Amino acid sequence: MLFRLNPTTGQPLYLQLMQQIRHAVESGALQNNEQLPGIRTLAEELVISPNTVVRAYSELAHEGLLELRQGAGAFVSVKRSVALQMDRVHEARGQMRKLLGNFRDAGLDDDEIRRIFEAELFYPAEVSRKR
Amino acid sequence: MTNNFVIETHELSKSYGRVEAVRQLNLSVKAHHITAFLGLNGAGKSTTIKMLLGMIRPSTGSSELLGKPMSGERGSEGLRKRVAYVSETKQLYGYMTVEEIIRFTRSFYPDWRVDIERRLLARYELPPGRKIDSLSKGMRTKLALLLALARKPELLILDEPSEGLDPLGIEQMLESLVAQCGEGTTIFFSSHQIPEVERIADQVCILHRGRLVLNASLDNIRESYRQVELVFPNVPSESEVRLAGVESIQTKGRQMRVVVSGNVELLVERAHDLRASSVEVAPIGLREVFMETVKES
Repeated sequence: MLFRLNPTTGQPLYLQLMQQIRHAVESGALQNNEQLPGIRTLAEELVISPNTVVRAYSELAHEGLLELRQGAGAFVSVKRSVALQMDRVHEARGQMRKLLGNFRDAGLDDDEIRRIFEAELFYPAEVSRKR
Repeated sequence: MTNNFVIETHELSKSYGRVEAVRQLNLSVKAHHITAFLGLNGAGKSTTIKMLLGMIRPSTGSSELLGKPMSGERGSEGLRKRVAYVSETKQLYGYMTVEEIIRFTRSFYPDWRVDIERRLLARYELPPGRKIDSLSKGMRTKLALLLALARKPELLILDEPSEGLDPLGIEQMLESLVAQCGEGTTIFFSSHQIPEVERIADQVCILHRGRLVLNASLDNIRESYRQVELVFPNVPSESEVRLAGVESIQTKGRQMRVVVSGNVELLVERAHDLRASSVEVAPIGLREVFMETVKES
């Protein structure tokens, strides 16, 4: 598996790793029942704290995407609910792509789009929760 | 386990005459984590580390290593075997060869890991027959690292380990630290290199003028610290945006730049209430967080 983490973005490394493992499963780069690298192996490969790998694996196990087998390591485990969620993500990604296309056609650059997105992500959530 | 912290200090202070090098430091370092210790030159990092190791005596306050109090000039013999230290100067016996100092150090540690010794000797490309005096600074650092890692300590303390290393050497050093942490060693290292800290650290402590000004997990920093750029047709006073979590505010013309350590949604809401014409939220890196915390106000 090829993962690439960016330590300077405003996102915890374990979340980045989780997303990339999720993406690898969605895209078929990681198949059901396939084994993930060991914690130390992956930590050394990515030169990140092993605690980061532990956290990503255990959260994904909690979500049901990975299965942790005693003494054997972490394995991909795609259950029906996970598959369903993957479909939703796939669908959302398609819509997002269209929307992004519209923004770019309107002359916005990616940094501007990212800032708008971040700001909106915080603001309307607060408002809609209150209503 | 009664205690998840391998380093704990209680109001630890050190004064040299009228100069307070370290002031009422309450530091706690989690077991099995990688903790980075940041601060400007002269912030008191090395003084703190030397007090932790019992190399200098604190003026007031106390500290514990691996749950045991450090008292007197030196820690107990047992404690010194469980804690390894790579100093800033990497002082080693210059008249010995690489091979000799390895053999010499090995004789003090029954749990010496020959496999680690061999692996690092090859990986760091250290010449066994060369005198330490004739080694470059980078090589000396690698040798000091080898001697510390092969002991497989419970706690490894390093004072600016990357100083004097070339980019490849830094990479190898970081890999070694990560691997060692994977084997259960707690790592505590001081550094000026924000990029390396951002990559491997779990926890970050920032010391400024002898005081601990930040002790947070990098995950927490990435998740909660944000920089918010606001534009107002009529700029409000800074006190109106000084909400919980606001760390700093800069005003310039119609623009306001606010750094928050959390509660960004409160600020965004307030900004809308204050009729901001533009609100932009962006993540902020450790470099900016560091600069904000050590900025003179």
